[in-house]
Amino acid sequence: MSAAALPETAAVYWRPRVDERRLARRGRLWTLTTVAHTVPYIAASGVLLWLEPLSAPVVFALLAHAWVIPELYAKRGANVLRRRPRAGAGPERTALGLLGDLVGHEARELHARTGLVLERGALGVWLVGEAGAVLVRPGARRVHCWCVHVEDTSLPSADRIAHLLLALRTDEAGFATVANLAFSGSRRRVRRRLHPRLRPALDAAGAAAR
Amino acid sequence: MARLIRMDRSGHTTLAEWTAADEQAVEAAVAAFREQLDAGYYAVVTEGEGRARQVDELPLDADLVILRRPIAGG
Repeated sequence: MSAAALPETAAVYWRPRVDERRLARRGRLWTLTTVAHTVPYIAASGVLLWLEPLSAPVVFALLAHAWVIPELYAKRGANVLRRRPRAGAGPERTALGLLGDLVGHEARELHARTGLVLERGALGVWLVGEAGAVLVRPGARRVHCWCVHVEDTSLPSADRIAHLLLALRTDEAGFATVANLAFSGSRRRVRRRLHPRLRPALDAAGAAAR
Repeated sequence: MARLIRMDRSGHTTLAEWTAADEQAVEAAVAAFREQLDAGYYAVVTEGEGRARQVDELPLDADLVILRRPIAGG
């Protein structure tokens, strides 16, 4: 990918530019936050059960909270790859032709099956969607899910992806700096929350990141 | 023949085509390029698989120059 900075980073001047170290730290922070959200519920349910076994229904509710909060975060991560409304057939076909010219045969085939484009980068393997991207880190255990979109809702879906892809190729770290982090955590947790049609793309990205 | 295209609601629109030998076509392409940059588009040249470069001047030797809108988080 090119070394020139993405101009959009000027709009988020207060954000430190993403690099390998910052990305790892954000991942650890995200895990810590998830633990901080979960452990109190588990601890409280243990204490309640010890004090009063009849409080089991409350304990159940607390444990449900401990389970549902990380799941909601993972769902938020999976949602960055959600498909958006289509444009007309003609524009979609034209945009698809351009996107097809930008990527290789393998990525083109994956896009035809899942609507997502796989792109290898320095930070890991990216899955680019219409309004977001998922970065599968080397080793394929952790993913970072980013909300990022082109500021034109009238574009066909393939053009929305092409916009993000070109920005990513221009400046990968700048792309991650501009995008909003929606989730960081286990790839498997995000996979469970993905639409079944999209899962092969995450599997392919996982295989590429190993 | 080199092309300047803009990604838009139609999929994409070809704004200019030129060859280095055709001065009039080059002039028209440069003018179209400048106009789109002034309208807020960014110009990108792909440089092989996985690589792209943003340009502020029309690269006359490029085969394809793509105009894109800005991206934003959220």
